[in-house]
Amino acid sequence: MTRLLAALLGRLPIGWLQLTHNRGRMIAALAGVAFANVLVLVQLGILGALNGTVAIAYAPFEADIFISSSDANTLTDGSPLSRRVLFRALSDPQVEAAAPLYLANVDWTRHDGSIATMIVYGLPVEAQAFAGSFIREALPSLAMPDTALIDRGTRAADSEALSRVSPEAPLQFEVNGRTITATGNFDLGGSFSADGSLAVSDQTFLRLFPSRISGTPSHILVDVSDGAESTAVVARLAERLSPEPVKVRTLETAKADDLTYQLTQRPTGVIFGFSVAMAVVIGLVIVYQVLSTDVADHLSEYATFKAMGYPHRFFLGIVLEESVVLGLIGFLPGLIVAVGLYQFVAGLTGLPIEMTIARATSVFSGTILACAASGTFAARRLRAADPAELF
Amino acid sequence: MSPIVVECLNHWFGAGEVRKQAIYDVSLEVDRGSLTILMGPSGSGKTTLLTLMGCLREVQDGSVRLFGAELKGAGIQTLEAMRRRLGFIFQAHNLHESLTARQNVLAGLQVHGRGDPARHNVAVEHMLRLVGLGDRIDYLPGNLSGGQKQRVAIARALVSNPEVVFADEPTAALDHDSGMAVVRMLKTLGQERGTTTVMVTHDNRILDLADRIMTLEDGRIVGDQRKTP
Repeated sequence: MTRLLAALLGRLPIGWLQLTHNRGRMIAALAGVAFANVLVLVQLGILGALNGTVAIAYAPFEADIFISSSDANTLTDGSPLSRRVLFRALSDPQVEAAAPLYLANVDWTRHDGSIATMIVYGLPVEAQAFAGSFIREALPSLAMPDTALIDRGTRAADSEALSRVSPEAPLQFEVNGRTITATGNFDLGGSFSADGSLAVSDQTFLRLFPSRISGTPSHILVDVSDGAESTAVVARLAERLSPEPVKVRTLETAKADDLTYQLTQRPTGVIFGFSVAMAVVIGLVIVYQVLSTDVADHLSEYATFKAMGYPHRFFLGIVLEESVVLGLIGFLPGLIVAVGLYQFVAGLTGLPIEMTIARATSVFSGTILACAASGTFAARRLRAADPAELF
Repeated sequence: MSPIVVECLNHWFGAGEVRKQAIYDVSLEVDRGSLTILMGPSGSGKTTLLTLMGCLREVQDGSVRLFGAELKGAGIQTLEAMRRRLGFIFQAHNLHESLTARQNVLAGLQVHGRGDPARHNVAVEHMLRLVGLGDRIDYLPGNLSGGQKQRVAIARALVSNPEVVFADEPTAALDHDSGMAVVRMLKTLGQERGTTTVMVTHDNRILDLADRIMTLEDGRIVGDQRKTP
C-alpha cells in the first residue's frame, strides 16, 4: 500500500504513513467519519422515504395527464370533481381516453382490534389502461360487487397471510359497515398518512362511501392519443376547462408538486429537511474536529518539513491524502451501519427507506470534500507561522 | 563571496509592553567552507540568530543576505528556495515519528523534486551508513536512542549536499566519540565541497575543530576569534 501510494504520489505517502502509525488515533478518526456518514445517510434516508411514499401513492394508476380539483395539493386532500369535467376532457380530439379515479381513506378495524388506515383506490373495471401494472390484470375481476385487492405490505399486517389471498382463498373483512371480499393482493406498503391500500372498482367504492355520488371523482386520468404532445394537450385542456375549478397537469408534474408540497408545507417534510440540515452541520463539525486535531498533532513535524523548504501545497497534499484515506475507509462502515438502520426503521414503520446509489455517492463525495476543506482550513495556522515558532 | 552576510540585525520578541529585544545590532560575514561556532550563555540569542540566518524566522530589522539574496521582506517562494539550499540540524532531533530513518532522510531529498527513486535510495543508505546507522535504516524513530535519532536528523540535513549547514547543538545528544565524528564530518565537507557550517554549541570539546568562534551575550557579539590555519 505504501509503495503503491508512493508511486502514485511521486513522494513519500506521509499522510498514509502518519495515519497508520498510530492505529488508535486512526480508528478514532475513522469512527468519527463513519458516524458523520451514518448521521447524514439516515436523515437523508428518512427524507427519501417521503419521496418514496409519494411515488407509492401514485403507483396504482397510470396516465399521461392528471386533472385535479384546484384546491388539491396531495392525492387525498382535494374536493371531488364534477363528472362533467371528464366529458369535456374527452371532447378534445387528442384525448384518447379518460377515466375517473376515486380516492378516500377508510379505517379497517382488524379482528385483533387494531385499526389500519387504508387508502381506497376506485377505478372503473373497464379502465385497465389506467391501472398500475400490479392491478391491471385483476381489475376486471373486481366487477363483482364488494370485492377488493388488498395491500400485503399493510403496516402491522400479517403479510404472509395476505400474500396467500387469491380468488380461491379470499379474505373477508369489514370496513365502513360493509363486508368486503379480498380476492387478490399486491405489495405497496404504508406511507406517512396511511398504513396500506385497497384497490376496488368504482362501483364498490361508491357503495363503501355512499356520500360520494358517482358524479364526483377525486381526480380524472387522461391518456393522449399516440403522437400527441402531453404538454400541448395539458395547455389546451386547461384552456377548455378554465371555467371549472380544476388544475390540469401531467401526471409527472402532479407527482412532483405533491412531493414539493409535502416537503415544504407539511410539518413532517419540513422537519425531515431540517434534520438533514442539522445532520450535515453536525457531520461537518465532526469531520472538521477529526482533521484539525490531526493537523495539530503533526504541527511540529510539519514545521520541520517547512524549515526544510517544503512549500505549503505539500502540506495540503498530505491533508488531502489523509482526507481521501479517511473518507474512503470511514465511508464503508458508515454505509453498512446506515443500511442496517434503514432496514430496522423500514421494518418498524413499513416505510420505503432504501439506499440509493446516488445518495451513497453524494454523501461519499461530500465527506471527502468536507475532510479536504477542513484539513485545508486547519492547515492555515501552518501557512502563516514561521517554522521556528512551531517547533 | 561570503554565503552569509548579516548587517545591523535587530530582533524583538513579543509585542507592546512585553516586547523584548533579543538581538542587538549584529553584523557578521561567514566565509565559504568554514566552520563557525556560536557560543554564549543560554538566552544570549544564539538560536535566534541561527534561525534568522536560516530563513526560519522573519527578519524584522537590518539585513541578512544568503547567497547574495536579501531575506528581509523576501517572499515565501524565495524563502522556500533558500531553505532548500540549507541543511538545518535542530536542537531537538525533530524527526517525523511515523517515518522510518530511511524515509526521514528521503524527505530531505524529495524536497528537491521527484527524482530517481533508485538513486535516492543509494544516497539515503550511503548517508545513513556514514553516520553509523547502516544497521538501523528501516527503524522508526521510536525504536532509536536519542543519539541515533540525532544522527538520522544529521543525515537528513546533509543528504542533499546543502551549501550551508546550520546546526543547533548537534552534539548535545551524542556521546563524545560520535559527537566528534559528526563535527569532523562537517569539517571535511567544508574542506572538500566548500560546505559552510554555522554551529551553536556549548560543547568545549569541539572548539579545536572550529575555524572561527563567535561569542554572544545578551544579543550582542562580544567575541570573535579566528583561527589562522
